Amino acid sequence: MVKKDLKIIVEDLNFFYGDLKALDGVNIQIPERKVTALIGPSGCGKSTFLRVLNRMNDLIPETRLEGKVLIDGYDIYADNIDVVELRKKIGMVFQKSNPFPKSIFDNVAYGPRVHGIKDRVRLAEIVEENLKRAALWDEVKDDLKRSAMELSGGQQQRLCIARALATEPEILLMDEPASALDPISTAKIEELIRELKERYTIVIVTHNMQQAARVSDYTAFFYLGKLIEFNRTEEIFTRPRKKQTEDYITGRFG
Amino acid sequence: MSARKYKERAIEGIFLSFALVSLVALFFIMLFLFQKGLPIFRVIGPLEFLFGKSWYPTYEPPEFGILPLIMGSLFITVGAILVAIPLGVTSAIYLAEIAHPWIREWVKPTIELLAGIPSVIYGFFGLIVLAPWIQDLFNLPTGLTALTASLLLGIMAAPTVISISEDALNSVPASYREASLALGATRWQTTIKVVLPAALSGISTACILGMARAIEETMAVLMVAGGATLIPTSFLQPVRPLTATIIAEMGEAIHGSPHFHALFAIGMVLFFITLGLNLLADFLTHRFKEAGSGTL
Amino acid sequence: MRELIAFWCVRMAIVIIVAALGIIIWFLGKNGLSILSWEFLTEPPREGMTEGGIFPPLVGTLYLILGTIICALPLGVLAAIYLTEYTRQGKVIRVIRLGINNLAGVPSVVFGLFGLAFFVIYLGFGVSILSGSLTLTFMILPTIIRASEEALLAVPQTFREASLALGATRWQTIYKVVLPQAFPGILTGSILGIGRAAGETAPIIFTAATFYTPHLPRSIFDPVMALPFHLYVLATEGTHLEKTLPIQYGTAIVLLGLVLGINLAAIVWRARLRRKKRW
Repeated sequence: MVKKDLKIIVEDLNFFYGDLKALDGVNIQIPERKVTALIGPSGCGKSTFLRVLNRMNDLIPETRLEGKVLIDGYDIYADNIDVVELRKKIGMVFQKSNPFPKSIFDNVAYGPRVHGIKDRVRLAEIVEENLKRAALWDEVKDDLKRSAMELSGGQQQRLCIARALATEPEILLMDEPASALDPISTAKIEELIRELKERYTIVIVTHNMQQAARVSDYTAFFYLGKLIEFNRTEEIFTRPRKKQTEDYITGRFG
Repeated sequence: MSARKYKERAIEGIFLSFALVSLVALFFIMLFLFQKGLPIFRVIGPLEFLFGKSWYPTYEPPEFGILPLIMGSLFITVGAILVAIPLGVTSAIYLAEIAHPWIREWVKPTIELLAGIPSVIYGFFGLIVLAPWIQDLFNLPTGLTALTASLLLGIMAAPTVISISEDALNSVPASYREASLALGATRWQTTIKVVLPAALSGISTACILGMARAIEETMAVLMVAGGATLIPTSFLQPVRPLTATIIAEMGEAIHGSPHFHALFAIGMVLFFITLGLNLLADFLTHRFKEAGSGTL
Repeated sequence: MRELIAFWCVRMAIVIIVAALGIIIWFLGKNGLSILSWEFLTEPPREGMTEGGIFPPLVGTLYLILGTIICALPLGVLAAIYLTEYTRQGKVIRVIRLGINNLAGVPSVVFGLFGLAFFVIYLGFGVSILSGSLTLTFMILPTIIRASEEALLAVPQTFREASLALGATRWQTIYKVVLPQAFPGILTGSILGIGRAAGETAPIIFTAATFYTPHLPRSIFDPVMALPFHLYVLATEGTHLEKTLPIQYGTAIVLLGLVLGINLAAIVWRARLRRKKRW
């Protein structure tokens, strides 16, 4: 049934905070090893949707979900799913960089350690490999014991990406990863995203439409909790099919 | 997989059991107070116990009426809140509305220190300094009076009143003040007419908890209140409040004797008085919170 | 004009409060500092307590503090972890909170009665360090729980999310990320509670304290002399009130110094932590 190149399939998803319906009848099929951008005005449900994908909303009391979320064909909200195992498979990068107040090394090694890797040599390899993937290695390789809090904002965010990659995820969720960064750091992150899609399925929330246009292959436009339009990015930006999408990307609201 | 889930459940269960300790402790406190206190009612009826006018536990036959002790506590507590509430609430207004930030930064820890002074030190101070002063001032046979205890307790309870009132004042939204100031009201008018009413239920909570603090105080009142078990008619008489009675007499009371049980029964009375005050304060805080969120 | 008077009245109130602290400290300092000496701190009382030092009650109080810390800190921290990290809402939590709030309101003398009935008599621990420490533990438990909760809640939620998103379990997140961050805050808050335990008299009179013992305690089942009780006894029951007056002052100032020192250390440390916070 499942097409081979589809990583995430969402069917008739409704999501509630208490009585508030935050997502309304969302159907989407996210392809593997592509960058999918989620855009829309604030409060449209794009971040909520992102957090549905790694069950981060479980942490918020009195939330409720209806519908199906399949990753690799498995329903991640089924009873027999191990949330810990699921989250290990799905990396997440947050809006504001949030390195732990530990050393650079310990930040990247955190994931592997909680999953039971104790061997120092192996950990060192993992740290180096992932710092390289996140294009941070050259800047920090001489000083891995330094506190992560001393890095610049852009470096911190790349560290968080390295930390997320270190658990060997297949999917990378990014929640406005560059919104708090300067243009140069943003450019670096975007370049990184383009490189990372060789290996990972990336879902990125952004409020910056140029960014969506620059980095993504597919774009989903959310409005008032509904998925209005989902298509190849170039289609969305050049030939939107829905009036609301057009209004949004041409800046008439939002 | 499920082994990990099981382990996480187990850990959560362990934490839950620790969280329940306080509840269990409270239950045990009640249980043991009752176990040791209730037997007194085989000797004397509850009403006679509460409203009996004489407390002579070592006489033959003994008398176990705690009305003089209740009145002693009441006198001292009323006196203490007459000192603590005006002092505490105005101090809180000063700290929350008027003081420069740097003054606040110094005064708040000072008040915290004041609250941390052991009550036996207050008692010692009252005994050595305050009592002789009261004795001279009013030309009394003894300086150990309800007034002495009230003054001392007033100072002791003030930090409680201050810190809770200040919290209440601080949680009044800044927009209230801005609205009032923008209408041309002065800062004082704003404080009195807008901020204070908005914080009123929080300040009432503060006063109730200050009162509870005064009723439960033991060592200081034991040392300065004088210890007479007569029903007081004036603040210049020595009195013996409930708490002091327990401490003063437990040493002499034989384990299992009516006197021993009577002292535990006094403990029960104290427990229920403070429980009542705390529940009342709790109720007021919740109403206050709801009112607060309703206006946001 | 009226406004000015009102402002001055309000200022007076705070002056009175701060002055009270000043007067008490000044008065004890003036009369008590001269008696302080190394001998006073390290020698036992002599001549029916009219001479000598306060070594046994000082040691006794330190033992009680230590015993209370050992019991109350883990108990309080673990309870707070449940309240902040596992379940923040719901019926169970509401009942537990009610318990904590009301435990905090129980008068100290009632804790004394409870300690006497439960630890001393029912469990048969006798008048001992153990009974006293356990009684004090329950008394300061609410303070420690609240301080710990506050420190745990101050740890940003994004740290928890980052850890969980990496596939850490809840418990791993707590002990690898949340606890190390909250620990200094937990300690400073708890120290304030422990300062209170150090100065309390009513809960230990029936459970731990003894008027005089010639030797230091040898086990946790021995009773101890304690500073607050020592001061109380000397100031009220002694037969030589006048003669022991210098020792009363000395005891008072050592007790005050100990308690204020503990509290001050916690307050200063807390202020520095707040300034240092980087997130």
